[in-house]
Amino acid sequence: MLKLSLTVNGERVCCAVPAHTSLLDLLREDLRLTGTKHGCDLGDCGACTVLVDGKPRLSCISLAATCEGQEITTVEGLAAPGELHPIQAALHRHVGAQCGYCTPGIAVRLSALFDENPAPDEAAIHDALGANICRCTGYTKILAAAAEVAGLKP
Amino acid sequence: MTKPAGDAVFGPTHTHAGAVAEGGVVGTGGAGKIDGLARITGAAQFVDDMVLPRMVHAKLLRSPHPHARIVSIDTSAAQATPGVVGIMVGTDLPIRHGAIPVAQDETALAIDKVRYVGEPVACVAATSEEVARSAARAIQVVYEAIDPVLSIDHALDPDKPLIHPDARKPSNVLRRVFQSYGDVDAGFEAADAVLEEIYEYPGSTHVPLEAHAALASADPDGGLTIWSSTQNPHYVHKTLARVLELRPADIRLIKPAVGAGYGGKCDTFVSDLCAAHLSIKLQRPVKLALEREEVFYAHRGRHRTRMWLKMGMKKDGTITAIDFKAWADGGAYASYGVVTAYYLGVFLTLPYVIDHVRFTTIRVYTNHPPCGPKRGHGAIQPRFALELHIDRLAEQLGLDPVDVRLAQLVQPDTETVNGLRITSVGLRECIERVVEASGYRDKVGQLGEGRGIGLASSAYMCGALHGVYPDELPHSGVQLQLDRSGRVTIFAGTADVGQGSTHMLATIVAERLGIDTSICTVIEGDTELTPVDLGSYSSRVTFMAGNAAVQAADRARAMIFDAVSDHLGCTPDDLTAHGGAIHWGDQQVPWAEACVLAESKHGTLGTEGSYKPPRIGSRFRRQSVGPSPAYSFTAQVAEVTVDPETGISRVDQMWCAHDLGRVLHPEIAEGQVEGCVYMGVGEAMLEDQTYQDGVMTTPSILEYRIPTVYDTPPIHTLLIESHDPGGPFGAKEVGEGPQLSTVPAIGIALHDATGCWLERPPYTPDRVLRALEGKPARHRPLPPDIIPRRRKD
Repeated sequence: MLKLSLTVNGERVCCAVPAHTSLLDLLREDLRLTGTKHGCDLGDCGACTVLVDGKPRLSCISLAATCEGQEITTVEGLAAPGELHPIQAALHRHVGAQCGYCTPGIAVRLSALFDENPAPDEAAIHDALGANICRCTGYTKILAAAAEVAGLKP
Repeated sequence: MTKPAGDAVFGPTHTHAGAVAEGGVVGTGGAGKIDGLARITGAAQFVDDMVLPRMVHAKLLRSPHPHARIVSIDTSAAQATPGVVGIMVGTDLPIRHGAIPVAQDETALAIDKVRYVGEPVACVAATSEEVARSAARAIQVVYEAIDPVLSIDHALDPDKPLIHPDARKPSNVLRRVFQSYGDVDAGFEAADAVLEEIYEYPGSTHVPLEAHAALASADPDGGLTIWSSTQNPHYVHKTLARVLELRPADIRLIKPAVGAGYGGKCDTFVSDLCAAHLSIKLQRPVKLALEREEVFYAHRGRHRTRMWLKMGMKKDGTITAIDFKAWADGGAYASYGVVTAYYLGVFLTLPYVIDHVRFTTIRVYTNHPPCGPKRGHGAIQPRFALELHIDRLAEQLGLDPVDVRLAQLVQPDTETVNGLRITSVGLRECIERVVEASGYRDKVGQLGEGRGIGLASSAYMCGALHGVYPDELPHSGVQLQLDRSGRVTIFAGTADVGQGSTHMLATIVAERLGIDTSICTVIEGDTELTPVDLGSYSSRVTFMAGNAAVQAADRARAMIFDAVSDHLGCTPDDLTAHGGAIHWGDQQVPWAEACVLAESKHGTLGTEGSYKPPRIGSRFRRQSVGPSPAYSFTAQVAEVTVDPETGISRVDQMWCAHDLGRVLHPEIAEGQVEGCVYMGVGEAMLEDQTYQDGVMTTPSILEYRIPTVYDTPPIHTLLIESHDPGGPFGAKEVGEGPQLSTVPAIGIALHDATGCWLERPPYTPDRVLRALEGKPARHRPLPPDIIPRRRKD
């Protein structure tokens, strides 16, 4: 077992996990933060995206052990309790989530984009979403929500 | 309790619930859906998110052979693994099941033989997923290989072994359908041009991002609760009772949040059956969540289909006759394949008036993972062939392919030659609007080298008139509970898997009661709490559950109006419900107060509504698959670019106009259209489920190429309202129909770009280059269209 200490959604977490535990399993199984989803366990779909020190990371192919001392943000920590991140509010209004299984990963990924660049252009939004598969929406409403947050004209 | 007269008999032909109140909720959007935030914040609980005390995890061992006899299974090493609490093999659940009553050919786990690579053989429950996985691998199975049946040709070869030798009528053909209407030969004689061509449509799979999963928990007082990632709670419930030999009343099936299905979660899966069996055996909760690779083997996706189409056309563009043959590779089990065989043929008579139609369809068994219903079930493949064919004949005769279509559209309140009753048709408007929006007329033939544009149209059903089980029961039920707080709770057996049926029900009920959707709660997909709904398949939910919701809401409204009219001293007919209040002239009673008045007068408030499709007589007794209470219509335009050097093609833009009867919620409806077009773009350009010696070549999201945001063109959606007389507020389906014309629109656009007819999607660079080099498509000789007599067995 490996002792780990990290910050998850602003809370200090100390735990002991087997060395091969993925960050996704640490979040879902040990910390019961089930908002982050298992999509493929191979880094192919983006459903497990979280932020590690503010940068998007595929948690299914990241070892928890590599996150010692780092700050993790999951969909549950995107906004203060009872509040929504602007991209979440926009995804809601545009019905950017159908089944909602990819949505936590997409919301987290787009939040990182807006943290880095509050006014990205269309190409930057596309690039941000390039590694997140959504099988329901054809991305159209997701792009519309992101464009709205970016202040792009429809 | 008073109920409005006249609707005690289910299935009125016209149930149109009338006008939308001023300030009503039907057709309004911009505020998300009532269950939207749970999905956006990660709060929604999917099966794999759930944990119960003492829960164990189950994992499967799967077959490495496409076709083999199971000689022996030795589970001793797995049994001895620390942490293992239970093991099951096929003989533990020997009762056969299947989606369609006439084709029950599956067992939970393989018994005696395996029929595809990836077929589940044994299941291990252990204290952790990791232990269960490694213990499953420790099970020793001895197989004896059997000559595999790996193609349609193999399946029709009388010397190949039978995949189901112990079936009542053993054959590698699950179903052959032959139907003929009018005088097809005379139709060809009357034609000025007759064209016959061969087409092939690839296999594809759904890839819902949530893998199939079930969590079962046996109750010490008897019975079982199971949470299942399913589109069809009712059928899974029925199947569990049958296979587990339990009373249906002792099983509670709950459909929690489901990470989509697109048809891929219609069947009862190994996860449901094994979790349930092991939970009863171990008397502790068991979770079985498939891994991504296993989802590819669970499959039930699009049938790879070979087709032959002959069509006659007059100089004026009139289609005189169609003769069509299709052979579908269905994989190892029946699933919904009997229905697929019909759907491959029966919709050829839509959306154009064609009086002479004949078809033969054959759905075979092979040693591939089982195919089943995927969005646009069975209708996608012939639509592809037929739309391309119309353009090819129009080109031969020097006609405008859009005008050819417009001149022979089916008309409202008519019947097709094969007995499909048509009610509302908004297709003319769809075609005209999409032509205008895309600038089609200015672009076709004029975009320059390597660029092209194409139009195709289509029709689809709004649920089936006849359920999977022939009975007199309603197809949808809705119950309402009105609380004195004003809250309206809607109980429905529906399965929202992302399409928005929860919001649809709230919208309809809120509209009829003059309230806002935010005061409505929907409890759905729970066999202990909700009345039966047949499930999310055949694009039936808005039409059928929507109508049941109208009826339940109208009965509630009658009770409210009865009490409020007493209170105000008027008659119920004087009242209207809108804006969260009941109105009589200038006087109004706020909704919650009206509920108190009604509860005071009638006691606890509850109503119910049902929907059973109308009994529409058909001239054809055999025509039980295909008839629907209404049909949706679509026209779409694709614009493409082809690089003649590399063959790399891309879809630049799509315009899709869909006649959905009535818009209940604009963003949800648009989202369904966009999802359909997206899935069609995937099938046209990327997705191709292929096998090498029975082994799937692409069982991962990396290898099986799903469109990413880069591969998905801008999709321009136009919602066309034709106000169907039988739909709730005039609404029809929107979740499947738009996909039918996507692939042919792209195929036709590629012809405009290259001058080549590409008869086999996906349009990968190798196929496009081959066509550009003038090489003909590689068509193998067609299989026989009769079932060959077997020499032995």
